[in-house]
Amino acid sequence: MKKEFPKGEINVIRGRSLVIKGDDIDTDRIIPARFLKCVSFSALGEQVFADDRKELAGSHPFDLEQNKGANILVVNDNFGCGSSREHAPQALMRWGIRLIIGESFAEIFFGNCLALGIPCMTATKQEVSKLQNLVNQNPNQIWDFNLQDLSIYNQKESFKLNIEKGAYEMLYSGKWDATSQLLDAEERINNTVKNLPYLNNFT
Amino acid sequence: MSSGTLYDKVWNFHQVKELPGGSTQLFVGLHLIHEVTSPQAFSALNEKNLEVKFPNLTVATVDHIVPTLNQQRPFNDPLAEEMLSTLERNCKSHGIKFHGIGSNSQGVVHVMAPELGLTQPGMTVACGDSHTSTHGAFGAIAFGIGTSQVRDVLASQSLAMKKLKVRRIWIDGSLQKGVYTKDLILHIIRLLGVKGGVGFAYEFAGPAIERLSMEGRMTICNMAIEGGARCGYINPDETTFEYLKGREFSPKGQEWDKALNWWKSLVSDSEAKFDDEIQLDGSSIEPTVTWGITPGQGISIKEKIPNPEILPKNEQQIAKDACKYMNLEPDQPIEGTPIDVCFIGSCTNGRLSDLQEASKVVKGHRVATGIRAFVVPGSQKVAKEAKRKGIDKIFLTAGFEWREPGCSMCLAMNPDKLEGRQISASSSNRNFKGRQGSANGRTLLMSPAMVAAAAINGKVTDVRKLLQE
Ligand code: SF4
Repeated sequence: MKKEFPKGEINVIRGRSLVIKGDDIDTDRIIPARFLKCVSFSALGEQVFADDRKELAGSHPFDLEQNKGANILVVNDNFGCGSSREHAPQALMRWGIRLIIGESFAEIFFGNCLALGIPCMTATKQEVSKLQNLVNQNPNQIWDFNLQDLSIYNQKESFKLNIEKGAYEMLYSGKWDATSQLLDAEERINNTVKNLPYLNNFT
Repeated sequence: MSSGTLYDKVWNFHQVKELPGGSTQLFVGLHLIHEVTSPQAFSALNEKNLEVKFPNLTVATVDHIVPTLNQQRPFNDPLAEEMLSTLERNCKSHGIKFHGIGSNSQGVVHVMAPELGLTQPGMTVACGDSHTSTHGAFGAIAFGIGTSQVRDVLASQSLAMKKLKVRRIWIDGSLQKGVYTKDLILHIIRLLGVKGGVGFAYEFAGPAIERLSMEGRMTICNMAIEGGARCGYINPDETTFEYLKGREFSPKGQEWDKALNWWKSLVSDSEAKFDDEIQLDGSSIEPTVTWGITPGQGISIKEKIPNPEILPKNEQQIAKDACKYMNLEPDQPIEGTPIDVCFIGSCTNGRLSDLQEASKVVKGHRVATGIRAFVVPGSQKVAKEAKRKGIDKIFLTAGFEWREPGCSMCLAMNPDKLEGRQISASSSNRNFKGRQGSANGRTLLMSPAMVAAAAINGKVTDVRKLLQE
């Protein structure tokens, strides 16, 4: 099933989770450089973690049968460091990821995810490792994320999450999308046009 | 904070509104696109079901991936062909004017747009390419943008941007014979460093700048970005107006007179405030050549390759890396360094006057044995005009190859590449490791006339010696 891309207010996300363990996973590992010469982002979903997956020959979390259709990714520290390429969050999103939880995120990666409507939520090292264990023990578990409560939970367990205030507000109000923010100013754009001499025969 | 500068005035005209977080929504008057950074932006647009808001303010050409030997379609490289046909399709379905192969107006985006009179004073110009600063030569605010900004400009003709500070670089005197604007900008980058301009727009001014032709001015603004400045600009004057008059997209008739009035009003005020000011003497600049792996690692032709040990602390490591990568010995003169390949072209130095100056050096000589030398005009118009003046013949007779227009070996996304450890004398703008298509290939940046001199002698040469003969 093809999932819709994020749009509007991002408040609740529901689904199964998968785990990528390790600190400092950089954008080169998320999407290797040779996939950058492409005319569209659409094939990137299949290429996410390409080199790691090849090495593990089918046993990488993104290849395991039980993880098909999962939409929540749980990672460790400094996820998404390295080159600023926009292809990395694009690749994760196109594979199906809609929410990432980790100890911390590289700043540019965080911003690029936010611009796609994917929240990157943080939790303490202990909490993350506990959550990762639970997910790995029972990959079929459905989790509920609620932005307003800053939590992810199931019937038994609940985890406290965090996100900086500015990003929280953008996600909550649905104003995370740079393009639609710019388009909001339509009237003022048209006014600017009216006042530019070179677009009005220099009158 | 700057005030009363051309940058401030043009900025104010294009301000749409303040955005949360301190950026400004800025209107883009001219959006240039090409085959490499636009396709993903178009597909993002389609995914969001958005239209191109002002299709008449976006103009397209193809340059980065075009082969320069045989431009027959389909191209031999299927990926290049796919990029070009994707651009054609996108332009067609969104009603964007495309200057394609065989159109007489195709060329490197920063060469063809000014030629057509598309770039004018007082505009904001954006393009998914760092060397967009070129267009600042006309008194425009011009800057490179990334793929998601290309999408934003297509959708809204605007983008989120923070205002830059303005540094005026005042050049006194005039350039000596055999010294060109390429030498001047390499000299400036050497002095201020490759990161010296981060957060700044550069205003180039002073008697030495006023004497320059538009083509010379474009070379300087083109490389502002190599000094870290996202925009570089020059106040418009009679030279600018003379260049623009009668071009295809320039204002005509009564409009021209009104345009002149507006353009003149944009020039930085005599009491304008700059965030920083620097003054240099243009007469003392010598032909300049890079020896390293950043455009800031330049020295005059008379100097020796610096010894990393005696450089400032923060430059030592990169200088050591550079010596090792370039396989050049510290304390040896740069003059006489043997080279393998000579490339004249690019958006920095692929214009008519560049080819003309280089041809003066070449005339009556032959390319040294074992050297591969080639000329790639910056655009169809440059190629045609050069042929009309017989410039192609001068190069061909001397043993140069004469190619079709494109970016070519500036970044080697087409078949023109260095091989292995080859070292080039190149009129382009970047000497990064692997830039010219071989992972360990080497690049020496210099003026086109200096490249011509290197081709004839097979080694780095002071072009003034050949001009005297
Ligand atoms: S000539 Fe070089 S720098 Fe200029 S647009 Fe082409 S690739 Fe970029």
